[in-house]
Amino acid sequence: MSGLLVALRKDLLLQWRGKAQIVAIFAFGATALLLFSFAIGPDSLALRQHAAGFLWLGLLLASTLSLAESFEREVEEQALEGLLLLPASARALYYGKALANWAQLALLGAALVPVMVVLYDAGTLRLLSLLGVILLGTAGLSAPGTLYAAMTAQARARQTLLPLLLFPLVVPVLLAAVKATSLLILGDPMGQLAPWATLLAAFDVIHWALGGLFFGRVVED
Amino acid sequence: MRAMIAIAAAGLYRRYGRRWALVDVSFEVPAGALVMVTGRNGSGKTTLLRVLATAIRADRGMVTILGKDPQREPVREKIALLGHRTYLYEPLTALENLAIVARFLGRDSRRKALLERLEEVGLADRADDPVQTFSAGMRQRLALARVLQQEAEVVLLDEPYGHLDPPGFLLVDRVLQRLRRQGATVLIATHLLRRGRALCDRGLVLEAGRLSFAGATSEMPEPPGADGAGFAEGA
Repeated sequence: MSGLLVALRKDLLLQWRGKAQIVAIFAFGATALLLFSFAIGPDSLALRQHAAGFLWLGLLLASTLSLAESFEREVEEQALEGLLLLPASARALYYGKALANWAQLALLGAALVPVMVVLYDAGTLRLLSLLGVILLGTAGLSAPGTLYAAMTAQARARQTLLPLLLFPLVVPVLLAAVKATSLLILGDPMGQLAPWATLLAAFDVIHWALGGLFFGRVVED
Repeated sequence: MRAMIAIAAAGLYRRYGRRWALVDVSFEVPAGALVMVTGRNGSGKTTLLRVLATAIRADRGMVTILGKDPQREPVREKIALLGHRTYLYEPLTALENLAIVARFLGRDSRRKALLERLEEVGLADRADDPVQTFSAGMRQRLALARVLQQEAEVVLLDEPYGHLDPPGFLLVDRVLQRLRRQGATVLIATHLLRRGRALCDRGLVLEAGRLSFAGATSEMPEPPGADGAGFAEGA
């Protein structure tokens, strides 16, 4: 547990030192939302109907930048290898990094919601439920994303490889998060939110467990 | 009575793609010895040290560190490696980098203790500066402080004099003498033959991945092309 806290503290500190990068990633996500709104046109009903999908697509695209960035600092001077040789537990290092990535993605998601409200006229009063969906959805991006970012960090074509590996895997997250967010924005007369949230939670549990199991194999020679 | 063996390598092979970096390398290092590893560029020195540090695995052969197989038994905490990469986080300060290591090892991570460590390597006045503002020599000093912080029984130093100025050379000499006094077993890969001979008890010479010499430094052969001109030894 103490190793996990040390790793988490280290990763949060690294994120704090890279604040400019976080702002740039938010700007990227907001720009993606703006461009998607241009693609729909001025039809306000269509904008509202597609808002949730574009929010999560913007978040997914921005997440690949954020996840890849989280391993840049680990590989440039092989700092991650240095920690493994101390030896720090690979599992603690994984969960520290995944939690820090989760926090960053959840903040990014929360920051993109007002942008969505302004651009798509798509708000909801169920803010706590929306926050819950964002937390569950970003947890589902962070766990496998951290693992795959570690796998691709040393590859030459890492900018292409990470989305290629990650996107097919997180299709269930994207589907469930978009559906759940849509229900919050457009209304949920049939009470369908809970099953989608459960699907997200189940995906999260499986991938957070698998990530911890496989990370050691991914980063060790 | 035979001295305790700190490092034993038996029939080590390691290859990168189709090129063999280590070929049937076998040797033993008694506990507390200071051993120089030398050889031309690409002769396998770095690979050997990385195999011993468990950073990479040998394709064949067996390594024993302090009587334990590092792949099966927990011995990593007793090994420290100074590699070609510094293992530092560039956006973090010198102090923060040492604090991370101290916390993972469960050691004193308070500012005072860490400043003492930085003082040893002459970086106390840059404690709160990010590593990305450091010169290559300063990074090397900080990497050395990181190694010392581990207080390991087996210390592997790959080109520790790299990037350093003459006072830095003397700093490494002092560190090696201190490690010897503390009873650590040290392997140091270097091209500085005169310096290595003066400081170390034993030498290993690698040629194209094969061990061509293992014995007392006084009996070490001159490597091909070592006419002195290419081996400036600093201070």
